[in-house]
Amino acid sequence: MSATTTLAPSRLTRWIILGVVGAVFAIPIVAMAEFTMRRGLDGGYDLSRWTIVFTGQLGPAYMPVWQGIQNSVVLALVTVLLMLVLLVPTMILVTLRFPSLQRVLEFICLLPISIPAIVLVVGLAPVYQVISRMLGSGTWSLAFAYGILVLPFAYRAVQSNIEAVDVVTLTEAARSLGAGWVTVIVRVLMPNLRRGLLAGAFISVAVVLGEFTIASLLSRTTLQTALVVASKADAFIAVIFALLALLFAFILLLVIGRIGRGRPERTS
Amino acid sequence: MTLADPSTRTSAPVALVDVVKRFPGLTALDGVSLELAPGEFVALLGPSGCGKTTALRVLAGLESADDGHILIDERDVVDVPTNKRDIGMVFQSYSLFPHLTVAENVEFGLRMRGMPTVDRRQRAADMLDMVGLDHHATRFAHQLSGGQQQRVALARALVTQPRVLLLDEPLSALDAKVRVGLRDEIRRIQTELGITTLFVTHDQEEALAVADRVAVMRSGRIEQIGTPEELYSRPISDFVADFVGLSNRMPAEVVGGVAVIEGQQVPLIDADAAPGSVHALVRPEDIVFASEADAHSRPAVVVTTSFLGSLRRTRVRFTDGVEVTLQHEVSHAPGPGETVRVRLTGRPVAVSRV
Amino acid sequence: MLALWSGFFQRDGSFTLDNVAALGDPVIVRTFVTSLWLSALTAVVGAVVGALVCYALVGVRPDGALRSVVDAISGVLAQFGGVMLAFAFVATIGIQGFVTVVLRDQFGFNIYENGVWLYEAPGLILPYIYFQVPLMVIVFLPALQALKPQWAEANATLGGTTAGFWLRIGFPVLAPSFLGSLLLLFANAFSSYATAAALTSQGQSIVPLQIRAALTSETVLGRENLAGALALGMIVVMAIVMSLYALVQRRAARWQR
Repeated sequence: MSATTTLAPSRLTRWIILGVVGAVFAIPIVAMAEFTMRRGLDGGYDLSRWTIVFTGQLGPAYMPVWQGIQNSVVLALVTVLLMLVLLVPTMILVTLRFPSLQRVLEFICLLPISIPAIVLVVGLAPVYQVISRMLGSGTWSLAFAYGILVLPFAYRAVQSNIEAVDVVTLTEAARSLGAGWVTVIVRVLMPNLRRGLLAGAFISVAVVLGEFTIASLLSRTTLQTALVVASKADAFIAVIFALLALLFAFILLLVIGRIGRGRPERTS
Repeated sequence: MTLADPSTRTSAPVALVDVVKRFPGLTALDGVSLELAPGEFVALLGPSGCGKTTALRVLAGLESADDGHILIDERDVVDVPTNKRDIGMVFQSYSLFPHLTVAENVEFGLRMRGMPTVDRRQRAADMLDMVGLDHHATRFAHQLSGGQQQRVALARALVTQPRVLLLDEPLSALDAKVRVGLRDEIRRIQTELGITTLFVTHDQEEALAVADRVAVMRSGRIEQIGTPEELYSRPISDFVADFVGLSNRMPAEVVGGVAVIEGQQVPLIDADAAPGSVHALVRPEDIVFASEADAHSRPAVVVTTSFLGSLRRTRVRFTDGVEVTLQHEVSHAPGPGETVRVRLTGRPVAVSRV
Repeated sequence: MLALWSGFFQRDGSFTLDNVAALGDPVIVRTFVTSLWLSALTAVVGAVVGALVCYALVGVRPDGALRSVVDAISGVLAQFGGVMLAFAFVATIGIQGFVTVVLRDQFGFNIYENGVWLYEAPGLILPYIYFQVPLMVIVFLPALQALKPQWAEANATLGGTTAGFWLRIGFPVLAPSFLGSLLLLFANAFSSYATAAALTSQGQSIVPLQIRAALTSETVLGRENLAGALALGMIVVMAIVMSLYALVQRRAARWQR
């Protein structure tokens, strides 16, 4: 009776589509796992390589990978810090004091998405030559480039929170009750923007950990570049790390999604 | 051949017979029976969750009935899919196709029935003219106001001359003023075309204003069906009396076939009411100001008074703490705290057990 | 940021169009063409499959487990997987890959009979589709969810069928979003670098790899500026795509809010 009156597909259709697509998409992941468990020329599987990874018995050939992980973590932290310290106050300021600049800020923040990373690198190469001379070629200096890369994602996360929370009204209420500007930002606005800040931070971390193009072409060592190097040496361990990285990113995004949904709905 | 030509009128009798509809954890319709005579305008009235929208949707075929019969033109359509039931439906909102112009929206049903383009255009134009939107034929939905959109929806539903017209709270999403104007227009058009109509609403004033008969629903069942006058002056239950129009609840005693309220004997609507303590349901217009000389008048203190344009409502408290609302003409304007004397007019009252 | 003007200059700073002219080099033209058809193909396949998945998700509770999982998976695969995707596909259809081996041993079908194609342009098709489909799901799902159930119901009360609904109402309403998403997918494939870089250590079949060669080349000096020209070429293509996108959106604005 309801075939012509609802938009949704029948349960059968739904599960056929999702099942087929899901299975096809699972193949590479399964292949990766299978790959890592191969035992050698005599066939069969074992978890020996996995145990090597987890018990820290990797040889010196893997130093780059650990180095890469460390660097990536530092990068992620620095990038998040940049975002919190530079982006968020700017966004709040624009919302409160310069609403006419809203569109401009949005355009600037969303621009990086339409510029391919590779083009960004071409533009940044000369800039980074200068930076290397001034600040050395430590990996952390990538954070500036990453800050730009991360801008669209972080902006969207924080902006939707700002809009949902009606920052202007809260500020006016706080000010009318006698709060100074610092109090307003730290004790009134930030707690309410927690959701957006958290989401923005997590997304930034995910982007930084997964970024390859810029790091590779500027010859820095991060998790991703190290993985590529390692894959030339021992493909198996590299794939294990890749699987782990994918899993981590997946969990990260799942958590972000839950944060976004977990809060009780505003009733209006 | 115009739309109002009697020879093309296809109104049909409609009936729900013992319809049952269950959702997980809830029985939405618990044996609902309702008959509509050809050309009749019936309002289905009730609070949220009473099942009125479900009843309408079952009639439309948008939900399936678990049990019972649905008769359109004396044919059981329980197993007939929605698109073959020859109905017209107006939804609460969002139902106009956004990518089609107003005219194309109205023509849609005619297109489904294979009418040639020239005839289609003409009929749609006539219908738009009837709802007063002929100048908006090439606009899109988002360019129209809420009231205009619903008029387009109405035109779209009616242009195919369906056997029954179904309206699912069509006015609820509109501004108050627009609501009143549009409901009268709906009634006018319906009368002109003579299409059997079922109108769902939670607004009792709306239902009373436009319908030939009103069915009050509660918890999946129909409490009472009758003309607006019947429902208002002879409610068969507490719920109906409370829901339809304002009423005051006053403690009373049923003795010897009458109700004794604040010492005054008042006839009962239901003469067979059992004796004992009851709540008498008294309409605000059935309580009036009186003079000291009147034997039935009682003293009371004014609590608040509201000016409503053409009338006034004043709330007073009796010495025993009972509060009631009076409805009276504007000229009399007692102030809060003032002591007044009031009495009942003596029109028959409904009672409910305490 | 627009120090990409370097494409117009030679190393010694003199203004020249030599580098732009180098874009006319048949090798480079070929790479642009490769990039274009690769992007177009994967965009179309990704769009269609992605749209199907979105359709399958209509009516699923937005705060339910299925939706959360699909969102997270799509996010991971679409944006954060470049290098790891390359590994995944090597493991799947590489020379010793799972599927390769299975096909060879179980079905006697050697996919590499005519040469190993995984490490050249055709080998990029499957990995690219792998992240195009999730991207489509991410950008197109909101459009599908904006379809109002009232339209389907109104269609039914007016006598329409399910097929008729999709033909006359569903597809037309979704068309602008679909085209927009398709263009986005194209842009995404065109500018994608990581997967290709991880898969091909030598050879430059697509434009981003040419840029890599230009930037890191040790043999020919002054090639950084060639990179600038290449980047310029990419920007031109992207600009065209973005303006098409804006055009599509504006046409849809005719009847959208």
